[in-house]
Formats: sequence, C-alpha cells, structure tokens
Amino acid sequence: MAIPYTQKVLNHFMHPHNVGKIKNADAQATEGSPACGDMVKVYLKVDSDTKVITDIKFESYGCASNIATGSIITDLAKNKSIEEAKAISWKTANDELGGLPPVKVHCAVLAVDALRTAIENYEHQHGLLKHKIPTSEEIVMKRLSRVINPLAGLDVVKTKLVQKCNIQNGCATIYLELPEDHQFAGNIKNEIIERIEPLWDIHKVIVIFRGD
Amino acid sequence: MQDRIYMDNSATSQPDPQVVKAMLPYFIEQYAVASSQFSHTPGIQAREGLDQAREIITKKLNAEQESVIFTSGGTESNNLALKGTAWAHQGKKNHLVISKIVHNSVLHSAQWLEKQGFDITYIDVDEQGFIDPDHIREAITNQTILVSVQHANHEVGTIQPVQEIARICQDADTLFHIDACRSFTMLDLNLQTLPADLVSITGHLIHGPKGVGALYIRPGTKIQKWQHGGYHEFDKRAGTENVAGIVGFGKSVELAQQKHVDYIRGLQKQLMDGLIQEIKGTVINGPLDPDKRHPGNVNVSFSRVEGESVVLHLDMKGISVITGSACFSRSLEPSYVMMAMGFSHERAHGSIRFTLSRFNQESEIGRVIRSCNDVVESLRKISPLQ
Repeated sequence: MAIPYTQKVLNHFMHPHNVGKIKNADAQATEGSPACGDMVKVYLKVDSDTKVITDIKFESYGCASNIATGSIITDLAKNKSIEEAKAISWKTANDELGGLPPVKVHCAVLAVDALRTAIENYEHQHGLLKHKIPTSEEIVMKRLSRVINPLAGLDVVKTKLVQKCNIQNGCATIYLELPEDHQFAGNIKNEIIERIEPLWDIHKVIVIFRGD
Repeated sequence: MQDRIYMDNSATSQPDPQVVKAMLPYFIEQYAVASSQFSHTPGIQAREGLDQAREIITKKLNAEQESVIFTSGGTESNNLALKGTAWAHQGKKNHLVISKIVHNSVLHSAQWLEKQGFDITYIDVDEQGFIDPDHIREAITNQTILVSVQHANHEVGTIQPVQEIARICQDADTLFHIDACRSFTMLDLNLQTLPADLVSITGHLIHGPKGVGALYIRPGTKIQKWQHGGYHEFDKRAGTENVAGIVGFGKSVELAQQKHVDYIRGLQKQLMDGLIQEIKGTVINGPLDPDKRHPGNVNVSFSRVEGESVVLHLDMKGISVITGSACFSRSLEPSYVMMAMGFSHERAHGSIRFTLSRFNQESEIGRVIRSCNDVVESLRKISPLQ
C-alpha cells in the first residue's frame, strides 16, 4: 500500500488497544487540542505501594499516527513502574511502530507528553516529588502555555488570553481575557483547571473572566 | 473487497473510455505537429483534430472565434490570466481584486504579483463561502486591472454570483476573470450573456485527460504572453500543442450533457440528506441551498472526530474522499477556504469532502452513508471530546 504508514501503525489505528476512560483514575492528563487537530487524554491507575501502573487507558481525537501512538505507549506503560514508564520516549514509540512519517512525529510526541504529564500529575498529587518546589506564577504560566486557544490554534499565553495569575495560600487565580459567555469559555476554563489543579501545593484554582 | 467508490472528482475525474478512444489515434498515427494549413498531410490532419476540439469548446462557451487558447491545465490558465493581464497593464494600472477562497493557482499568482509591486485586495466571503458583490464594487478603483473569482469553489462548492460581478466589472471598465475549472459543462456558462473577459477551464475534471486546459480571452483583451517560443495559440502561448490531450478535452466536452448534471444533483441530495439524517452531529459546510452549490459537491464536518482518521478508515473500506484537516495537507495547515469562511479549526479538521460524477452509482450512496456512520461511531468512542 502506498500510504506512508507501516502495517503496525495501521493495525493499531484500526484496532487501538487500551481505549476509553478510567473511572476514579489516580491521575490523568490531556495534551493538544481540537484546534491543533490532535488531542490525547491519558488515564492512570497506579498501585500506591508498588507504584506500578496497573491500568492505563487513552482517548484520542486525531489522525492515524496519534491513535496508533496512544495505543502503543499505553501497551508499553502497562504493568511498568512509573519510573520505568517515564523513560518511554517518542522515539521508543516510533521504533515500536516501525517508524512514522517525519511530518507525523509530532503526533507521537503529543501522546508521550500526555503519558508523562499524567505521571507527573500523579507524583504531585501523591507526595512523590523529589524536589518540592513551591508553585510560582512562572510555573503556572509554563503549564498554561500548553493550553490551546481554539480561536487561534496557539496557546493561551502566546495569544495573551492569560496575561497574569496569582498564587496565594495554595490558591491559584487565573485571569482569562474572555467574557464568561464566550463559546469557548467553558472549555478553556476546564482545561486550565485540569492543568493547574494537580500541582502538589495547589488546593484550589479560580478562573476569573474578563468583566467579572 | 468490494468495488472502490471514487468520490474525489473535484481533484480529478475518471477519463471517459470514449475520450481515451478518441485520443489514441493521435498517439499512434496522427502524431504529427499540428501545423499551419500549408504543411504536409499528417500535420494538417493533426491540425484538424485540434481545430475541431477548439470549435467544440468555443461553441460550448458560446464564445467568439479564436478566443480560446489551449494550455497545460487550469493552473496555467489561471497563471496566464492574472500575470498576463497584470503585466500587460504594468506602469498604467497596478491593482487586482480576488476572493479569499480562490484556487491556489489564483491565490499564489496574486501573492507573487504582490511581491512584484502590484496591489491586491482580498475579498472576504461569508460563512457559506459567498462573495458580496458590493464588496467587489467597493474594492475597484481606477487602478484596478482585473477582478478574479472562482465560479464554483473546489472545496465547498459555493457558486458565486458571477453575472452580477461581471456587470460591476463592466460598469467599472475592469477585466473580469472566472476560474470555471469546476463548473465548465456543469453550470450555465454562456459568454454571449455573461460579460467575462477571461475564463479558465480544464479537461481532467470533466472526464477528459490531465495536462490540458484552456483560457478564454475575450477578443481585444490586453494580455502579455509569458511562455515564449513559437507562434502557437494565436501567438499567446508558445509550445507544441498537446494534440491528443486537446482532442480528448474536446471529446469530454462533447460528451457532457445536462441529464448528467440532473443525475449528479440527485445523488448529491441523497448523500447530503442521508449523512445529516443518519449521523448525529453532522453539519453541512458551504451553501445550504443546493441551487447555489456545485451539483457534485458534498462537504460536511462530523463533530468530535478528526478528518484524516475518517479518510483513512473510509479508504480501507474502499471509499476515496478527502478532508480539509491540517493532518491531511502538505502544508499541515487547515483548509484556507474554511478559515476564510470563519470556521473553527475543529470544524475544518473534521471536514470531509465527497465530490460526485456521472460515474457514481445510486447504490454507492447508501454504502457511503453506512460506512461513514460506522467510522464516525467508532472514532467517537475513542474521542476525549464530549
């Protein structure tokens, strides 16, 4: 077949493994956005004693390489300790799949990012961080630079939808330059909360809309 | 494997077997250069084949004698229309007006002319892809050389009000170019009643061969020749004519009939209605009024799923369609047509284009709708979007 996908990519695309949600997941993370054309969500169930990933599932809105990568990395991470799973890179996924077309590598990166962020979120939420760095505005803005503004297809920081935030007593306040009744207001708010809430010393996230 | 269903006719169409048959002698016996009437016999025979094709096409357009020149296709015709008229007026006028959803061959020609110092006004379209003729009127200045619009859009099928725009250009003494590559033989295009100065057409979208097109140039229109060599095509385009291709193009025009258009319209309605009824969360991209839409064009977005995945799944089921998704494009950008129509990225990424021809069967419509339903359902199951 002339399609530039290996048979393995096509098999995972046609019949992806580990698909769906995990109810009461121990951690989860989303990377990408419909605006970019690719979005992956990873859910983890982790044994609190052994730190082994006992279950992992993913959901994908995206192209064939996005779906195939989600499928392969969840296969690879299952029954591994979170330390072992952290070592899974886009290159591991790419090699396992027999190579993705170069223009599609970013799709593999996205899925691996979702796995890593999910693990990182787990560590934040379960006191596993080696260095407990207090959350600063800089850290929050850095995390927010992965939330995509669907109006522009670029992130909310670069497009100046979020220009400032405030951290006080474990409460992060994010100022969003959108009216509350905007069509994307709800979505962006949820994504921001999902990004910031897992941070180890953050207990509450408040999103303030323009004009509030 | 079931028979393949080809619904990508806005990219190219299946050559009619009668077209291929008409072309064959020009590869095997009548391969001589179409020469002047004072040449040797084989050359004169080739010339006759070429003249006949020109006559068929000229008649179809209801155009003047010697107003149609052959090119290598729609892209060349569009390049010549824009660059040829711009250069012919260089130093006197310097402004062109084009719509934002023209084909790339017009868009990129205009952008290139902009780099050469010409001013270009890009006209907005509404959410169904329509140009407001008043915007053209307002954009024209005493510097305007040419206005260029596409008769029927290649992605969403929007048919522009060319009659009205032509009048506006006529009143303003500005040249009017229509890219009719997708509408020729499908929509009414009578140059006796439609005062257009330049019209681009092509063979391969109407069951003719690839690599051959034509440009209608209203007699008296100033246009700078830019492919130099011999005195072919009334000294407007040099190069040995592609006689076999031109004969095939002529044949494809001869074979085109109104009943085909009516038949395709019927398929279009069945497909559009079926997708909307059977698959929840389906929106139509482009005109909702079928009379203002290219008869063969169906373009929809399925919510919560990405286009490339849909296209690949459908391909595995033996169905050929395309998407406006960035993942599918060479540029990794979502469709500029849909961006100009004000669509969200998600809607553009989820868009699927089905383009029909007279070779599509009624029985195919049901299979396509069922397949789309299965594919969309399975992709929605794994989608993180609610």
